[in-house]
Amino acid sequence: MQHVAIADQPDHLHDPQTFITKYIYSQDHKVIAIQYGLTAVFVGLVALGLSALMRLQLGFPDTFDFITPGNYLQFVTMHGMIMVIYLLTALLLGGFGNYLIPLMVGARDMVFPFMNMLSYWAYLLSVIVLLASFFVPGGPTGAGWTLYPPQAILPGTPGYDWGIILMLVSLAIFIIAFTMGGLNYVTTVLQARTHGMTLMRMPLTIWGIFTATVLGLLAFPALLVSAIMMMLDKTLGTSFFMPALVSMGESLNYSGGSPVLFQHLFWFFGHPEVYIVALPAFGMVSDVLATHARKNIFGYRMMVWAIVGIGGLSFFVWAHHMYVSGMDPKFGFFFATTTLIIAVPTAIKVYNWVLTLYRGNIHLTVPMLFAIGFIFTFTHGGLTGLFLGNVVVDLPLSDTYFVVAHFHMVMGVSPIMVLFAALYHWYPLITGKMFNERLGKIHFWFTFLGTYAIYLPMHYLGFLGVPRRYFAMGSTDFIPESAQTLNASITISALIVGLSQLIFLYNMFASLRNGKPAGHNPWGATSLEWQTPDVPPHHGNWGPALPQVYRWAYDYSVPGAELDYIPQNHPVSAAEQTADVHGEGKS
Amino acid sequence: MNILRMLRDKSWLHPTDAATIAQYGGPDPVAAMRIMLRFILAIVGVIFFLFIITFLSRSQYPDFEALAGQPWQPFTDPSRLWFNTALLACASLAMQWGLGGTRVGKLNVTVAGISAAVFFTVLFLVAQFDLWLHLQSMGFYMNGNPATSYFYLLTAIHGLHLVGGLIVLCNVVFRVWYDNNPDTLTAPLQLCTTYWHFLLGIWLVLFALLTSRPETINALAAMCGF
Repeated sequence: MQHVAIADQPDHLHDPQTFITKYIYSQDHKVIAIQYGLTAVFVGLVALGLSALMRLQLGFPDTFDFITPGNYLQFVTMHGMIMVIYLLTALLLGGFGNYLIPLMVGARDMVFPFMNMLSYWAYLLSVIVLLASFFVPGGPTGAGWTLYPPQAILPGTPGYDWGIILMLVSLAIFIIAFTMGGLNYVTTVLQARTHGMTLMRMPLTIWGIFTATVLGLLAFPALLVSAIMMMLDKTLGTSFFMPALVSMGESLNYSGGSPVLFQHLFWFFGHPEVYIVALPAFGMVSDVLATHARKNIFGYRMMVWAIVGIGGLSFFVWAHHMYVSGMDPKFGFFFATTTLIIAVPTAIKVYNWVLTLYRGNIHLTVPMLFAIGFIFTFTHGGLTGLFLGNVVVDLPLSDTYFVVAHFHMVMGVSPIMVLFAALYHWYPLITGKMFNERLGKIHFWFTFLGTYAIYLPMHYLGFLGVPRRYFAMGSTDFIPESAQTLNASITISALIVGLSQLIFLYNMFASLRNGKPAGHNPWGATSLEWQTPDVPPHHGNWGPALPQVYRWAYDYSVPGAELDYIPQNHPVSAAEQTADVHGEGKS
Repeated sequence: MNILRMLRDKSWLHPTDAATIAQYGGPDPVAAMRIMLRFILAIVGVIFFLFIITFLSRSQYPDFEALAGQPWQPFTDPSRLWFNTALLACASLAMQWGLGGTRVGKLNVTVAGISAAVFFTVLFLVAQFDLWLHLQSMGFYMNGNPATSYFYLLTAIHGLHLVGGLIVLCNVVFRVWYDNNPDTLTAPLQLCTTYWHFLLGIWLVLFALLTSRPETINALAAMCGF
């Protein structure tokens, strides 16, 4: 049966004619990706500003009168939620997912472009609702990004009235937005791959984004369910999560609910969320490493299996975030075991990245520097995760700065390093211009060394027992005076790292005007997105005919080949056929 | 497709010869919509699964009182729910009937089937709302016993999914009418019908759960480890 292909007739379906339809009300995946990206970066800068305020208070207590204990908790909450959901998830999947999926699989667009556009507008609405909470009575919620009841909706917690409601509404809208986008991503990967693009020929970026999207589609419902139930507890007085309690000397009408039930639901979403952020980063860093080391990715199949394996296992580790909730020790043992098991495929990936570099022709470009930096930060963050995955080690370290240092290294700094690697790597494709290499390297060294200056000492503070989420330490005998010196040092480092991001922003925007033309495929990459007839790709991506794929995405430095890369859309040459360069005879 | 065989493919070993490549026109929209529907069903399934799990967990707290089992409980006699269930089943059957009409090219049967499905679905939603009013008149409010809260919550979420289905169905019918091409109705109507059957299945599970006696609920909760 013949069908008219969705999004395969760009002129007929959604050819942009005016400024509004081209840049605002656009159904082009690339424009939507840039819209997602700019919105995510904007809201991420807000969160970065909040972290600067938090660090000012921690580094120099009793100095800034405008930071009250309530404000501090609001900064902590909004910083965490924005960074995890509205920046990382949105930028990695909404931004890079949208931009790269159709280009890398050889499609003209997402299969449902209108729904894709709706996804962005719903995301923007969720951001507006979230940011609106700064301007309502009581301000945003200060319940912590985990929003644990009962405190999240009770007097005494900042933003317990309007703030928490706006947060829950914003999350619900975000989940709807993500679902519309996510359905597009998975369907496009499964259905719109061009001829010859088998699943095992897809670049690892697509495998990472695809698996993360499946995780998101199945995990975000847990957050939605918990948000709906907490909203009903707050607004209609149900007792799903709220136990019988006395608040401010007054007996409330709640009875018998279970706050731990919320924790289970939250972390059933929350842990896969770590991999929703990490898996696209794993995929993208693999492609950056292979391209800039001029070498095929080591153990491609194992890398795919590891991505899928990590995705599956991520649904069975959630309760390691809840060891201190009073769970049955047998339960804790089970989750400690699954947590350690998930370290196996993760370690395989790290080994494969290192082995990809081994004897590679490493080009220390800016994207490569960030990619190598990621291997360091992710290994360090991952190793401390092994500590915290064990119940007996986690209990004393729980709610200390060790945990803060761990998760910032593993799911804050590491994905951000990949994001920078990816932004620098694909910038020439997206804009058609090259960025300033020198500024990029300065940005890298400030960011890489700076994050170590922030988070390495934080581990030590955690060992000392310094608790997280505290506005001020007060007179605490077991914490030495020197801890405050360390805190001041961390704050200064954080401010420097924060300011150094201005170099990045300047580089990105200035290069738009002053950058040299990038030309076609400046990195000599093999994957399809670099093989478009135009740079940046025009609407419809591929001109009159879709590309044909003849090979996998990592034919770098093939012996006997004319160049040190063979794009995926290049057919087998006579030299390849006669030379057995792919080693078929040895298999 | 054999997934395991696909995942074992050594794609680096065999670049394809140009001669074997056929021309490719782009994705198949029906297959794409079918894939999307499968994911939607999975997502909806996960949502209700999680609600049900929390229901079973919450049922083990002392303040939980099942909605059936004692004479004063509203669903000890579930006849009103049976009536509502029959309405939804009729909607599902009507969708199937309408789908059958498109397959044999009988447009009048299709129109009648879709119209009946919309009618029965709306009637089901109205009947569910009337049941809410009935429960409130009996003193079972949203913020009362958690079992009652769950009844309102689950029926509301289920109803919202039906409303979403109605919107999509209206969109499908409108597009076919606008394009004046009834031949294109079969594939999207098949997907809508599947969605209706799925929501009927979900409703049957909710019906069974919400009208279960305490012993049944306790047994289910024990099976889940609560």
